Amino acid sequence: MGAIVVKNVGKAYKDYPTRWHRLAEWILPGSRKRHSLKWVLQDIDFTVAPGEAVGIIGFNGAGKSTLLKMITGTTQPTTGSISLSGRVAAMLELGMGFHPDFTGRQNVYMAGQLLGYSGEQINGLMKDIEAFAEIGEYIDMPVRVYSSGMQVRLAFSVATAVRPDILIIDEALSVGDAYFQHKSFDRIREFRAQGTTLLLVSHDKQAIQSICDRAILLNQGNIAHEGKPEAVMDYYNALLAQREGHLIEIKQTELEDGTLQTVSGTGEATVSEIALINEKGVAAQTLNVGEKVRLRIQVDVRKDLKTLILGYGIKDRLGQVMYGTNTAHTRQPVNDVRAGQRLTYDCDFPLNLGPGTYSIQTALVNSETHLDENYEWRDLALVFQIVNMDKTDFIGSSWLEPKIGISLK
Amino acid sequence: MLRALYAYRGFILGNIKREFQSRYQNSLLGAAWNVINPLAMILIYTVIFSGVMRAKLPGANTTFAYSVYLCAGVLTWGLFTEIVGRSQNVFLDNANLLKKINFPRLCLPVTILGSAILNFCIIFGLFVAFLIISGNFPGLVFLALIPILAILIVFAIGLGMTLGVMNVFFRDVGQFFGIFLQFWFWLTPIVYPRNVIPERFQHLLEFNPMAGVVGACQTILVEHRYPSWPSLLPCAILGIVLCFIGMNLFRKHVGEMVDEL
Repeated sequence: MGAIVVKNVGKAYKDYPTRWHRLAEWILPGSRKRHSLKWVLQDIDFTVAPGEAVGIIGFNGAGKSTLLKMITGTTQPTTGSISLSGRVAAMLELGMGFHPDFTGRQNVYMAGQLLGYSGEQINGLMKDIEAFAEIGEYIDMPVRVYSSGMQVRLAFSVATAVRPDILIIDEALSVGDAYFQHKSFDRIREFRAQGTTLLLVSHDKQAIQSICDRAILLNQGNIAHEGKPEAVMDYYNALLAQREGHLIEIKQTELEDGTLQTVSGTGEATVSEIALINEKGVAAQTLNVGEKVRLRIQVDVRKDLKTLILGYGIKDRLGQVMYGTNTAHTRQPVNDVRAGQRLTYDCDFPLNLGPGTYSIQTALVNSETHLDENYEWRDLALVFQIVNMDKTDFIGSSWLEPKIGISLK
Repeated sequence: MLRALYAYRGFILGNIKREFQSRYQNSLLGAAWNVINPLAMILIYTVIFSGVMRAKLPGANTTFAYSVYLCAGVLTWGLFTEIVGRSQNVFLDNANLLKKINFPRLCLPVTILGSAILNFCIIFGLFVAFLIISGNFPGLVFLALIPILAILIVFAIGLGMTLGVMNVFFRDVGQFFGIFLQFWFWLTPIVYPRNVIPERFQHLLEFNPMAGVVGACQTILVEHRYPSWPSLLPCAILGIVLCFIGMNLFRKHVGEMVDEL
């Protein structure tokens, strides 16, 4: 129960030169095709195993919503086949197809009946749904007076009133406020723990990385990349930079431990060496909590550049940025560098992070947003580990050493 | 297909109920509007036309008889236009739902059918009560209305489905049919009796399937006679053919429909 199998799926819309051509195709006997097909999705092929969580990312118009619509069955694929097993609950776009003139309560009944519950079952669930949505007396007002956040709250509460085998969510949750997002993600995690398969479309990097086992990147109607969320996200970001109109080469290489490193950029400057130097002055990959370190980055310049800015970020295992800055923020841009020059940056800081594995990404750009002119952007430039050698035990990703005073009366 | 509809009976019945409720909720007079609308129309036509028409009405020549004649026509015509008018927009009106949730699409026209019949029963019930009180109830002949209305409903739903599917792809259909209905109304002897039409044109009414149905209702309710059954044949045949065409169109294009909405 809960598997999704998408086989060679493609979707095309019929494109008629004018409406009259469609009419002719309908009416005239021995009808030849008078339309051309406009493909929005092609060769989509993937399987989601029961209990797995997969995130789908992509630019607007990449075909994400169309794919979800086909998976939920509201629209038919032109080629290929899709099969699902188990009970599906889906939230596509805003709301659940709520009727604006009906009250929230009536819409809950309608949506519930569409999900296959009987009136009595919905009576039983109603209290939970109301409690989870927390929209108070609005439940008895017509949905047209709802804010979009309230609609999402109600829709999510209905869709997840009973744990489905497959839960499909399309962006919708990003509309809710932070409080409700937390609440709904808690519920999603709870379902996952109980074995629900999850398919999530989102632009929210954090959501994808923290919940999904796998991510699929759709680009121009094709699967552009598939794999671990961090790697796919890195690739996505690189594509994003490319879309800004720069000719960028994107390379992904597999590192020794099997993770993918993404390097992209126009290549006028490149990071040739990077190292974390510990208190003893030695480059190390295992460091102590709170240790004073120097991040040394060497940059080779291949073409004359007007401005060069180095940025770096430290990311945790899930790809969340712990800290990041650049030399534009610190007001240290280097101007007029010549081809063949080598720059060495020494960044000194105490490593106030919790134990775990971290990575450093670097960016060489000509202004503070890396999208402007992207010379090189390198993910996983360096991977290191932090262990707690001499501090008191603690949890979390930051090292915030306290002095605890206790007074007893 | 029928099994799918049965599985979703909760949704269909719930929809009819919700639609009925929401009419009350958003207006002060609620369900009364269902009655006030046709009542106003009947009042206007009675005032304007009764003087002209009643002399021409066979079997009765009181203002009152003319009102009964009008009611018989206007109410059945109302049932017909409610089903056809709403069916032709059913997929457009429910685009929001169709795009987001997968369910048997036929639930929607069935909902319309149910809710139109419910509305008709209410207002026709009032009319019948009025007939009984005023001593004009036709007696056993009244039962003949049941097959007539059944034919009307089959015709309306067949036409409605056909137009409904076409309207998704060609929005002109909805516009055109709105105008067409107005002509159709005046080309059917509803407000005026059949015999005001010059004799040499009267046979043209045979090409109007609604003329047979409406005429049959008027015969029963005004003259208390059984209608001439053959006059209903065109409507019945056309209704079945349209149902067939409608279902065919629907099956062929239901998959494409969501892409067009």
